[in-house]
Amino acid sequence: MFSRLRYLIELSQSHRIARRYFVTNGFDGVLAMLGLLMGFRVSGSVSIDVIISACVGAVVALFVSGLSSAYISEAAEKQHELQALEKSMLTAMDDSVHAEAAQWMPWLIALVNGFSPLLLALLILVPLFMFQLQLWPDALNIVSPLDLAIIVALSLAFMLGVFLGRLNGHFWLWTGVRALLVAVMTALIILLLNQFLAQP
Amino acid sequence: MAIVTRVVLDVLKPHQPNALAFASQLADLDASIKVNLVVQEVDDKTQTIVLSITGERLDFELITQHIKSMGGSVHSIDEVDVQGEAIRGSSD
Repeated sequence: MFSRLRYLIELSQSHRIARRYFVTNGFDGVLAMLGLLMGFRVSGSVSIDVIISACVGAVVALFVSGLSSAYISEAAEKQHELQALEKSMLTAMDDSVHAEAAQWMPWLIALVNGFSPLLLALLILVPLFMFQLQLWPDALNIVSPLDLAIIVALSLAFMLGVFLGRLNGHFWLWTGVRALLVAVMTALIILLLNQFLAQP
Repeated sequence: MAIVTRVVLDVLKPHQPNALAFASQLADLDASIKVNLVVQEVDDKTQTIVLSITGERLDFELITQHIKSMGGSVHSIDEVDVQGEAIRGSSD
């Protein structure tokens, strides 16, 4: 079954699309979580339970949005590609591996697009879950769970940049720093907006 | 029934699977099968290839079905080598 799946992925070159979706939507997820966490950070005393509830809600929305949007767009795209190929081949290709790939690859890409922000966002929320479940170690008392979650979000943004750099052959540190700068800029904009909105 | 030992087919196929994968998958149908593939023409989305398949006893239906499953379309049978098989009882 896995060898068949691998064959269909190679045939349709879906690994490239899935990889692109993983980074794009993963970065979306990281920035969305960072935005939420920064919002809670600047708004003052909000309980961890409220933060977790809001973030989990956003995570579910990111997952469903990623899954459905990628499936809808990729299913249409793959069908279009198949029709164009059938036109060139001057024959129907219903029984071919190309039709099979057009049927299954949108699901795979949709799963990658949905799970990418879900998993990254859940990683960001780990410090908050640890605190809520009273698993917060004393050694980490130098930093609040919320601040640690923000640090995790910034680190993941950096790592996504590194991943992207390694894929396209660019210097990994530069692409990592560039992604981190985008995340830091986002955090700064939220801080500035809060300052602006807080003024009477 | 005559035994087919070699066929040369004119086939139109998509770019994927590529020539190596296409020929390898046909060769994997049977241990005795040898496949020679020559790309004749390359278009935007398709390739015209000439397949020369040899084997001890080729199952032509299986070969064409497999070509179709890989997205190919047999345009013509250009050459065949067949070997007669004595019909049991005819020599008695």
